[in-house]
Amino acid sequence: MSRLLSEEEYRKTKAFQIKRWYRSEKDPYIGKVELKPQKPFVEDIDAQKKRIHDEAILKRNIYDIEHNRKLQMFSKFYRIVSIAFVISLLAILLYVVSYLPPVGNAANPDNNEVATKYIEDGMKDTGAVNIVTGMILDYRAFDTLGESNVLFIATCTVLILLRVDNWSKKKEEEENDRLYEPKNDIILQKVAFFLVPMIIIFGIYVILNGHLSPGGGFSGGAIIGSGLILYVNAFGFKKIERFFTQRTYKWICFVALLFYCLAKTYSFYCGAHHLETGIPLGTPGDILSSGLILPLNICVGMVVACTMYAFYAMFRKGGF
Amino acid sequence: MKVFQMVLFIFLIVCAISVSFSKNLLNSIIIFMSYSLIMSIIWILLESPDLAITEAAVGAGITSILFFVTLKKIHAMIAIDEDKEDKHSQKSVSDKKEGAK
Repeated sequence: MSRLLSEEEYRKTKAFQIKRWYRSEKDPYIGKVELKPQKPFVEDIDAQKKRIHDEAILKRNIYDIEHNRKLQMFSKFYRIVSIAFVISLLAILLYVVSYLPPVGNAANPDNNEVATKYIEDGMKDTGAVNIVTGMILDYRAFDTLGESNVLFIATCTVLILLRVDNWSKKKEEEENDRLYEPKNDIILQKVAFFLVPMIIIFGIYVILNGHLSPGGGFSGGAIIGSGLILYVNAFGFKKIERFFTQRTYKWICFVALLFYCLAKTYSFYCGAHHLETGIPLGTPGDILSSGLILPLNICVGMVVACTMYAFYAMFRKGGF
Repeated sequence: MKVFQMVLFIFLIVCAISVSFSKNLLNSIIIFMSYSLIMSIIWILLESPDLAITEAAVGAGITSILFFVTLKKIHAMIAIDEDKEDKHSQKSVSDKKEGAK
């Protein structure tokens, strides 16, 4: 609607037509183009017989290798060329490998000052005892942002491919889903009752101790995700939907990725090596130390855990 | 320790070859799972526990579960179920298949 024009005048403007076209409220061809219903194609029996006969003759003539000289030539030619191609590819690759520097040579390009700097100054710069996490989430944090975005995009792609929108189909999928499985397996449920909390607690431990001990956001998130998958297998989708639905997934992913972006894109915009964040690094070895690494680890872990569970749910029944 | 490492490497090669030569898809997924487990032990021996945790969780756990679910979705696990006496579930499957055709 427009405030300046009246209703009838507004209907004549281009903006209204574009809006109507965009919302697909009116088909522009209706009433202007004649629409004829199409007839189904029916083949009479004689034509069908003739077609099958021709196909049989054609097949016999083509695959008659003993009398078909062209085919013989082609199969020989094909074999020779494929062998020659593989041998030439092998030769090219071996030729390139012979140019690589010998292993363990001190003058190799990988023996530069970068590795030394990371090992010597890593703890002082990042405050993380685990040097790998310090590298992933401090020096190379922007790469990890891309990594978690790639995971998010992968889930979106799986969602586009496997999502079932139709309600009746969805119901059928859910019924078909448990055809070969016992519905309420008491052994699985009892085992899962003890195992799932332990798996999830271990995952949380791995995430929270990412800067102190081996592990980090990605591996901890994968552990939590596998715990969620075990829970679904034991108790069914109804129980997990009490606390984990598509909305939860959307909000967790959105908040985690947004926090990561806001926290780490400053280095992208500034292009600087190491800007001061103003967050104290703390004493190395404490849980609350090493600046931004702990919150970033939690963000990556949440995204990965949700993604792993989302993959499973999507494969299982095409949605949450 | 050196001998242990060599044994693990031999296991790894045997797993990698037998995955591609196994006719049953379910068997090849289980072999793939064991490949990942051996790989995670090797990562620990190579002193990179970060990778070992990730390999055990992703390679042996989630990837193979996704493979299993995919096999079930494309009805590749029916051949195993035919040995069972559970006829009711089979009938519904064959009915559904005919309906789809």
